[in-house]
Amino acid sequence: MATLALDTQPPEQSPVARFVRRALPIVGAIFLITFALIQILPFVYTLANSFKCLPVIGANPQAVIPVPPFGVPCMVDGSAVSASQQSSGITFNPSVEGYQEILNLNLPRWALNTVIYAVTIMLLRLAFDSLAGYALARLKFPGNRLMFLMVLGTLMIPAVVLLIPRFIILKQLGMLNTYQGLIITLAADGFGIFLMKQFFESIPEEIEEAAMVDGASRFTLFFRIVLPMATPALTALAIFSFQGQWNNFLDALVIIGGNQSLWNLPMGLAFLRGAGGETLRWHQFLAGSVLTTVPLAVIFFVFQRYFVEGTAYSGLKG
Amino acid sequence: MAQTLTPSSAVAHGSFMTQADRRRQEALTGYAFMAPAFIILLVFLIIPLLAAAYFSTTDWNGVTPLTRPDAYQSLGVRNYERLLFEEGIRQERFYTSLKNTIYYVLGVVPLQTVLALLLAVVVNQRWLKAKGFFRTAFYFPSITSSVVISLIFMWLFTSNGLINQGLGAIFPNYQNVTWLNDANGVIHNLLRLFGITRAAVGDWASVEIASIRLWDWISGPSVTMLMIMLLATWTTIGTMMVIYLAALQNIPRHVYEAATVDGANAWQIFRRITVPLLRPTTFFIITIGLIGAFQVFDQIFVISNGGPNDTTLTIAYLVYASGFTDQRMGQAAATAIVLFVIIFTFTLLQRRFVGDRAVT
Repeated sequence: MATLALDTQPPEQSPVARFVRRALPIVGAIFLITFALIQILPFVYTLANSFKCLPVIGANPQAVIPVPPFGVPCMVDGSAVSASQQSSGITFNPSVEGYQEILNLNLPRWALNTVIYAVTIMLLRLAFDSLAGYALARLKFPGNRLMFLMVLGTLMIPAVVLLIPRFIILKQLGMLNTYQGLIITLAADGFGIFLMKQFFESIPEEIEEAAMVDGASRFTLFFRIVLPMATPALTALAIFSFQGQWNNFLDALVIIGGNQSLWNLPMGLAFLRGAGGETLRWHQFLAGSVLTTVPLAVIFFVFQRYFVEGTAYSGLKG
Repeated sequence: MAQTLTPSSAVAHGSFMTQADRRRQEALTGYAFMAPAFIILLVFLIIPLLAAAYFSTTDWNGVTPLTRPDAYQSLGVRNYERLLFEEGIRQERFYTSLKNTIYYVLGVVPLQTVLALLLAVVVNQRWLKAKGFFRTAFYFPSITSSVVISLIFMWLFTSNGLINQGLGAIFPNYQNVTWLNDANGVIHNLLRLFGITRAAVGDWASVEIASIRLWDWISGPSVTMLMIMLLATWTTIGTMMVIYLAALQNIPRHVYEAATVDGANAWQIFRRITVPLLRPTTFFIITIGLIGAFQVFDQIFVISNGGPNDTTLTIAYLVYASGFTDQRMGQAAATAIVLFVIIFTFTLLQRRFVGDRAVT
């Protein structure tokens, strides 16, 4: 409607203005498509090259279309197969040797550790953050305001600044290089508490008052009535926490870096670099990158709405 | 209790349990609910920060057990003096990392904010089909691990990698650039194009300020640092775009319609309506951008280890290197505290501008 009204206005009828209005969507679309390609192509090439032998990656990284025969070997009669035998132009014969090698290099152990860290930290945060968020939102006790300010204050402490002090404290507690060292350190976070508090404050208090009158205790009330209503916030918190811990490198480096059998995937991948000496074994790195990313990508596509809404919510609330 | 059956039961209930009893019980519940999370934050965040402040005044090496009487000596503010004021290698390393971090922040924060805003505005257009696809495409990199992304970038930009091969195929005379091992500052490179070199500008360029020559202060980020800056921008614009998009969708349609009826063109609408209405969001995005950029670490660790020639040595990496590589835990703690003060100052400055709107 508005544009119709506008078209009848003489000043807007100038050819330049009309041209600009027509061209704008095209320029915008080109801009978007360019950026979408920049964001997506690195992953496409990573995926394709993770299925190549090392010489093929070096000689023909641009080949993205897999053609049969599949599962070609990288070594024949003790010498490396030449790149031209396994690829030409934009096609290549896929090989799974990069994956086989990285699976033999402790990757399953790192993956298991990553799952242990990500899941336990997520569950603990769901419990501890929502309890604390509820207390701050609803319960009156001396020090409530002060504790809230301290929780907010922790949000301003940059993770990097904690690198050294956490090392000192965990060393004193004898928790360096243990599972519990990493898990307990990260079992609650200011952001999660803040998110839950904001959410609980948005729930009408009358619902809880009604239940209180019926004689329910605060504990029953919290677990039976309040928590089920908080599913959206809990989902967002679960996703943020899981994603953050799946990718957590900094804390892992300091807290569990000293014991290889405790490493998570980012730690393992980061230190693969030095493992091969001078030659960088890209087929392993790329296979490892794909294996690290795929579980999170699956979760992302299944729960995409929550990722995006959670991010948007934290932005609007922040 | 049986009396919950009648409407007056609430009153009866109240007289059963005095007001003070109830308040006390609520307080106890509150502490019980707060306890797990608060103890964790106290032990692993707040006390460590205080411990860092304390150890920043010592020469502890991080290895000797603290139970030994000779584990460390108190140095007072010596660590800070060496970092900030006293000419020497530590001052040079610190100000090099400060310089690198400042160039990094000055490049990354404006770039990612502007790009995220532009992308969000275009994705928000009514004529756009496949909004969901674009949102997903932009957001996807930000869910992946920083280590994975760094490895992928290393591979793409390695000297005989995809980018160089691609450029070589397009431009026949292209000489491979060693993107990830090039210490030349981009401002120096630009100046050289105009014939301005260190030899040409005269002696003033050799004047040292804080152990770094004036000429080196104006180097700009090195080529390698520039690549890491692009990598960081590439990773974060998705998240920021989603935040902008949510804010854009909160702007009522009739605001735009009114402007269109008044004859405003697309640029005027963007400049006079969209940007001002997005102010709080922009401040939020700049804040999280600043906090993140000042802490850049993972990418440096994987890609460059602070090299070449210390041109990607950031403050965060210096904290790690002096604590764990050089085993100067006291020095590292002091560096960390300085970084904390810098980030805290920026956060406070930002809050002053936004007033009481933003919390983080």
